[in-house]
Amino acid sequence: MSSPILEMHDIAKHFGPVIALAGVSFDVRPGECHCLLGDNGAGKSTFIKTMSGVHKPTSGTISFEGKPMQFDSPRDSMNAGIATVYQDLAMIPLMSVTRNFWMGREPERRFGPLRLLDFEKANKITMEEMKKMGISLREPEQAVGTLSGGERQAVAIARAVYFGAKVLILDEPTSALGVRQTANVLATIDKVRKSGIAIVFITHNVRHAMAVGDRFTVLNRGKTLGTAMKGKVTPEELQDMMAGGQELAILEGSTDGTV
Amino acid sequence: MADERLIQTSKLRKLMMRPELGAIAGTVLVFMLFLAIARDSGMFSPEGIQNWTVVSAQFAIIAVGAGLLMIAGEFDLSIGSMIGFSGIVIAILSVQMGWPVWMAIIAAFLLSVMIGAFTGYLVIKTGLPSFIVSLGFLYILRGLTIWLSILTTQKTIIGGVKQVAEGDWLAFLFGGKIFTGLFQWFGDMGWISTFVRGARKGQPVVEGIPMLVVWALVLIIFGHWLLTKTKFGNWIYASGGDAQAARYVGVPVNRVKILMFMFTAFCATVLATAQVMEFGSAAADRGLLKEFEAIISVVIGGALLTGGYGSVIGAALGALIFGVVQQGLFFAGVESSLFRVFLGTILIVAVIMNTYVRRMITGER
Repeated sequence: MSSPILEMHDIAKHFGPVIALAGVSFDVRPGECHCLLGDNGAGKSTFIKTMSGVHKPTSGTISFEGKPMQFDSPRDSMNAGIATVYQDLAMIPLMSVTRNFWMGREPERRFGPLRLLDFEKANKITMEEMKKMGISLREPEQAVGTLSGGERQAVAIARAVYFGAKVLILDEPTSALGVRQTANVLATIDKVRKSGIAIVFITHNVRHAMAVGDRFTVLNRGKTLGTAMKGKVTPEELQDMMAGGQELAILEGSTDGTV
Repeated sequence: MADERLIQTSKLRKLMMRPELGAIAGTVLVFMLFLAIARDSGMFSPEGIQNWTVVSAQFAIIAVGAGLLMIAGEFDLSIGSMIGFSGIVIAILSVQMGWPVWMAIIAAFLLSVMIGAFTGYLVIKTGLPSFIVSLGFLYILRGLTIWLSILTTQKTIIGGVKQVAEGDWLAFLFGGKIFTGLFQWFGDMGWISTFVRGARKGQPVVEGIPMLVVWALVLIIFGHWLLTKTKFGNWIYASGGDAQAARYVGVPVNRVKILMFMFTAFCATVLATAQVMEFGSAAADRGLLKEFEAIISVVIGGALLTGGYGSVIGAALGALIFGVVQQGLFFAGVESSLFRVFLGTILIVAVIMNTYVRRMITGER
């Protein structure tokens, strides 16, 4: 297996007297989907915000592509190739798919002395990239609001992939979706993984995690309760760990000491 | 994978999602109405057309600025006060202080755009609703305007601009008329009416296209082009649609919003300058309620009060409806106070329609 592209070692984060993260280690490799599980309040959000540069860790080290890295802003981590798709913050419903896809990075063409947004190119690439995700748009000009929740996630993922993400952090992409939409998003995750991108999939749904995950890390009360390989852990065990970690001892024996 | 329940979108429904559709329908209706009730009143003679075109152009100039700003997610309630302020600044600098008119005009533009930038900066820095910040400027600017006028001339109207503006190149750009030769020829050919008596005997009643109308057209085309064809236009939509999501992908939301406040102030000053040049005077109470008229035009044009959606063409058509109805009721001999009844009604209808369209687009129930 290839070496990790992103490694978080012993990350702690305090907000004043509150200890949100108490020494969490986590890594993700190119082409794998590493699921980060945890109940509400377990510290998942704080952890991915540390990963994406929103928060600075109180202690601990982050290395990216083998080199130590410090993210001072979301911009830093984005430029390094870490893209985060937030559940609600991804798309602007009133704007077209194309306008959303290229927002902040619009292609331009020259028209005499003027520079115009190159809609021809933008529409074409948007259609192509969406097709790669398995979504055929009626037209790239349709408003994102007309898309289903799953399709919106797919646009956001396609956008991140197209703009060169090496690590894709998905924050609860399936939590607000119905059964079929969830299946679509999981299929998209699988496609992206196969193209060699590292995926961090945050969820509190064990079944969704089991469907696409290669490795599973459970967070509980700001601590990691262990990382398990696919096939070495049952949904019940993951569920128990999320609930409190009583089954930690059993897991340790079954994960070849990767805890 | 596309949801098959969405494929059945009718052409009509799709058309209805265009922001300017309501304004197009409204424009057609309004023209049909007045062609029916005021055809013989002179409303559609060259003079009549010039009358409502100029009034509509006045609304359009400020509606373009207010529209782009609203799509970027902000309001400016100080537009009307800015019109009064810029006019008085031009008059004081040129008439009272003896500056060349072109210099006074440029100074007024610089000052108003700086005030616009400051308004925007305050909105961004404080995080307060622009409604409140610009309401403050509505009073601050109006008060300053009256105070400055009284301080320099003891009056609230400063005249004499026409005399000092004679032959000024920049003054012509705001108060002049173009195609005068063409209109003279129309008159000579007997196609449009000419004066039959007095000093202007033989000259056409409609001398040419006022620069005010040219400004309106230029601003509409520029605004439409900026919004729909450029990268910056995408940023305007994004800033108003969801500022946080836009910031997250690197759109400079603060810069976009401040620039739109500046552009709105610029538009207000265009109207102020044109009015000062036309009347030859500046009045401290000019521009009263103009901010609301601009916002109403924009809303009739299909823009959402919450930002992120709208159209410059729509706002311009809203201004046209506004101007045609206001002047048309006069031509039709209808009691003019009823115009306000109409305005309030159409405003509410437009907002209800826009909200409905928004629900269709975003799929909210």
